[in-house]
Amino acid sequence: MALQSLDIKRVSATTVQQPTARHPVGGEVAKLIDVSKCIGCKACQTACMEWNELRDEVGVNSGVYDNPIDLTPQSWTVMRFAEHETNDGNLEWLIRKDGCMHCEDPGCLKACPSPGAIVQYNNGIVDFHQENCIGCGYCVSGCPFDVPRISKKDNRAYKCTLCSDRVAVGQEPACVKTCPTGAIMFGTKEAMKEQAAGRIEDLKERGFQNAGLYDPAGVGGTHVMYVLHHADRPALYSGLANAPAISPMVGLWKGVTKPLALMGLAAAAVAGWFHYSRVGPNEVSKEEEAEALAEAKRLKGETKGEKQDA
Amino acid sequence: MHDRHGNPAGVPRDKDGHPLIQRYTANERSNHWFTAILFILLALSGLAMFHPAMAWLYGLFGGGQWTRILHPFFGVLMFVSFMLLALRMRAHNHFEEGDTQWLRQIGDVLANREEKLPKIGKYNAGQKLLFFTLVLCMIVLMLSGIVIWRQWFSHFFPIGLIRFSALMHALFAFIIIMSIIVHIYAGMWIKGSIGAMVRGTVTYGWARKHHPKWFQKVMKEGERSH
Repeated sequence: MALQSLDIKRVSATTVQQPTARHPVGGEVAKLIDVSKCIGCKACQTACMEWNELRDEVGVNSGVYDNPIDLTPQSWTVMRFAEHETNDGNLEWLIRKDGCMHCEDPGCLKACPSPGAIVQYNNGIVDFHQENCIGCGYCVSGCPFDVPRISKKDNRAYKCTLCSDRVAVGQEPACVKTCPTGAIMFGTKEAMKEQAAGRIEDLKERGFQNAGLYDPAGVGGTHVMYVLHHADRPALYSGLANAPAISPMVGLWKGVTKPLALMGLAAAAVAGWFHYSRVGPNEVSKEEEAEALAEAKRLKGETKGEKQDA
Repeated sequence: MHDRHGNPAGVPRDKDGHPLIQRYTANERSNHWFTAILFILLALSGLAMFHPAMAWLYGLFGGGQWTRILHPFFGVLMFVSFMLLALRMRAHNHFEEGDTQWLRQIGDVLANREEKLPKIGKYNAGQKLLFFTLVLCMIVLMLSGIVIWRQWFSHFFPIGLIRFSALMHALFAFIIIMSIIVHIYAGMWIKGSIGAMVRGTVTYGWARKHHPKWFQKVMKEGERSH
């Protein structure tokens, strides 16, 4: 989102502290998706296309309800349908609205090498600024949820913005506004947690003993949370990560090793200068040249006393 | 008159008429400098993506998108060019007697006490170590670079391998840049070395002081193209 009107707390490929004086006193925002209320109508997908002016290519039916079959640069949210057979033989249709989770500790932002291409606002939303994106795809490697998609047309990364442009002017995200069952809600993170707590109590009363909130601590919590009937087994919901975290390989790649490596390179160059100014260059003296010429004559078996050729 | 390597015929001499030894042919020199120029371009564009402190280097290549586009193509060119160079140099880069001793006496090397070192041939143990380090780095950088080349190849590989490759690419880039810093400094420190790669020739004194076994061999077999 260009020319944003929200305060920023973190910027990709930037080492300095962002301005922190202003912060959301009412708390950070969150979207709550109550999977147990979702009927799989895909109105949220449509609202997302409408508001963000996205039109994916019309694809082919893959034999399942999922359509499109995966997130794309033009489809920032996708309903994923999973059939789950319970122990007592009942069928449950677990429908999860997939998209960016807006991690408090975003792996994409950590991996991004382009200053200002990925930002995190004070309200917690993680946003891509495509005008600064270089198309390297590092955000894809950094993401624990496999969300960012690189467009083949413009080589820039796209994903859900949590409608940061709407939120900036006090409106809820488009998917929230349109959801006919009220399965998608939006507010401060605290309010959403309270909302979820009440709903989880209801679900437990109705026999879903393991109902719970999905707000994974491994990524510092998320600004998109799920109410799950089976919170003990998130993977049931079309492979939702059980314990998402930034990969240790990404942590090592983008962590403390990089400033150390940079310092190492600078130290090597500086060490050269100090070696030169302490020990000095290694030069061949005139005497050594003369000795070499004399030895050359011996080695070539030329007669002694013959006129030197130099 | 030029021979098939693009070098003037006859025994090479400096402007004062002193005899010289040909250390590198014109083709070897061009191959080296083509590789070197690409290395500089790769290091600058790679460092831009390596750490935010170096992000200003994006400007040299026309911005982030151009840097991302160009870097892998530079890489493929450098890999091919380097491998040709390595093939030319491989015959002189076998570890032999005296190399371990030379490495053990690295203190004498750094203090310019060459008279204490074992006699060495065309390359010393440090140069051979550089040769094998570069071969390894080039291969790892090429392979990992293909895996993280998002536009054309990344979609063929699982995410775990892409993450591992990104890590390896950064690690071996660090090793190769470190090695080249040492390589460049050695050239500046040992006077006459840069001339060897720029003009192709070294003096008798240089050859005898730094590579005595090679000097003896050249004197017995002739000054041209060793």
